[in-house]
Amino acid sequence: MRRTKWEEYQKDIADDKYYYARSCIRQNFFPGSEKAFLDILRNDLGKDIFDDPLHTSCTGIGYHSDIVPFETIMTVVARQFALMHEAGYENFTSSCITSFGIYTEILNTWEEFPETEERTRENLFKATGRELVKPKSLAHTSDVIFHLRKEIAERMKRPLVNALTGEPLRVVEHIGCHYAKIFPKSGIGGSEFPYVLAGMIESWGGEVVDYPERRHCCGFGFRNYLVQANRGYSVANSQKKLESMAPYRPDFIVCNCPGCSMFLDKWQYTIAEMEGTTYGAHGHGIPVLTYEEMAGLVLGYDPWELGMQMHAVDVEPLLEKMGVEYDPSTKYLGPKGKYIGKPAAAAVNCSAGVTLYDIKK
Amino acid sequence: MGKLFDKLYEDIRVREGLKACMNCGVCTAICPAAEFYDYDPRQIISAVQMRDDETIEALLRSETIWYCGQCMSCRPRCPRGNTPGYIIQGLRTLSQRMGYFVESARGRQQLALKRTIGENIMKSGYCLVPRNISPDLHPEQGTVWRWVFDNDKDIYARFTPSYGREGAGALRRCSEATMQELHRIFEVSGGKEFFDDIERYSEQKAREMGYNGADENYMMDVFTQNTLAEE
Ligand code: SF4
Ligand code: SF4
Repeated sequence: MRRTKWEEYQKDIADDKYYYARSCIRQNFFPGSEKAFLDILRNDLGKDIFDDPLHTSCTGIGYHSDIVPFETIMTVVARQFALMHEAGYENFTSSCITSFGIYTEILNTWEEFPETEERTRENLFKATGRELVKPKSLAHTSDVIFHLRKEIAERMKRPLVNALTGEPLRVVEHIGCHYAKIFPKSGIGGSEFPYVLAGMIESWGGEVVDYPERRHCCGFGFRNYLVQANRGYSVANSQKKLESMAPYRPDFIVCNCPGCSMFLDKWQYTIAEMEGTTYGAHGHGIPVLTYEEMAGLVLGYDPWELGMQMHAVDVEPLLEKMGVEYDPSTKYLGPKGKYIGKPAAAAVNCSAGVTLYDIKK
Repeated sequence: MGKLFDKLYEDIRVREGLKACMNCGVCTAICPAAEFYDYDPRQIISAVQMRDDETIEALLRSETIWYCGQCMSCRPRCPRGNTPGYIIQGLRTLSQRMGYFVESARGRQQLALKRTIGENIMKSGYCLVPRNISPDLHPEQGTVWRWVFDNDKDIYARFTPSYGREGAGALRRCSEATMQELHRIFEVSGGKEFFDDIERYSEQKAREMGYNGADENYMMDVFTQNTLAEE
């Protein structure tokens, strides 16, 4: 039943020639993932993808915190589309689920209420002199990786398999609400049976874990995290998911949305510090990966070149399970191999001695 | 039909999100905010569809419209095609335009959002930048974030050629010309006016509450004070 369900929600994803829009959250917390996405597309798969220095934030976090009006974000988005056209591209791909939700919402609004498109077109021209040209296709960057998952599988160096037992790794996938809950037709598999990450996991040898709170929000909740006084909401929702998935013993979590990746990782740190609770094996947190990191590991990239040292929950237990040969001494290096110190110990990683490495020793 | 309802209904999202609610409660069952707060999206939709101005004004002044996390989980599940999350967006926008948001503790937090996310956008072109995620205000970001924050130039250099500088790459600086375009967009499309309204209403309210205007003290109080017990 699941198969027929997700297959009802297919979408056209371009094969090549993408315009890349970066994400505020991803570039802050997972800059290695954005680099890996471009490297995989260009170097491993020979695709043309344009990294434009002219676009800005879509202002989506401001929009969903209700400080940026709809008319304003529509005009900002229209500028991104205009830049894409000026650069000679027509396949827009966004590195952020909040942005992706906004792009789909705005394209649908323009479709349904054409006067809003007209007004946006005028605003854009008045403000910038640019002309709105809508994209031929819109994809989240995970859609692109999903679309190319078989080509990645052909080049696979490390499958999602436990190197010791030969068993598939057990993976929790978290889609991010705005991927398909706003417009189910815009996401692979729709809102009830999203298949975008599950498709990658299955193609690369892993096993998808089903658990009760699989579709629950990570708890970002915009103003509920962004205002310090409200953060209890955010951690409580992540906790609900973590409690629900823990009995299924996942080897790692993979997220679609940069915000979700950050929250499911950082709230594990917080819960461990506050309550001493950890959700993975041997008193350790569950590693949380972006799909770019997952694809990068599968393709043989170095975990520290992927930026996995920026996670709160150490990824070493997963690397060891996968049989990844990594160099612990290069984890905390800056450019040109300069040692820049290491983070203080954290309860989510058991203790300093277990997983943190000091190059001077 | 009342005047406030008409104003609310000018918002495209309200038009898109409000069909006929049958009070089934599915939205409330799926809602993460309803689980955490004393909050019930079903009641809000039900109240709005009465089109009664007094009821709508009470909502605009209330705490309850500020609880929603805008996850939109309610949207695909409503059997009648309503989107409670969209109605909330419409109510919040109107509450700020009318100045009612300062009448609730949660509403007053809009100033903190404008001063953090809003000002990040106007200064950098991004909703957030590493230098503004201070580990002291974000203890939940943990020891690794503190390490990133303290060594940002060295760490980001591994992944981007243009940290804080112009040119393609993660966390590049947006050029002067780009920032001018962004500012013009905010002026032409009403974003700047909206920011100014938040400041103006907050300033008035802060004085009324005995602060010396919407200064740093007021800002930090709305940002940090958890008023859940009193609400
Ligand atoms: S799910 Fe839809 S119909 Fe049911 S109470 Fe909520 S808004 Fe009304
Ligand atoms: S969008 Fe708001 S009302 Fe709807 S489910 Fe999410 S938190 Fe609840």
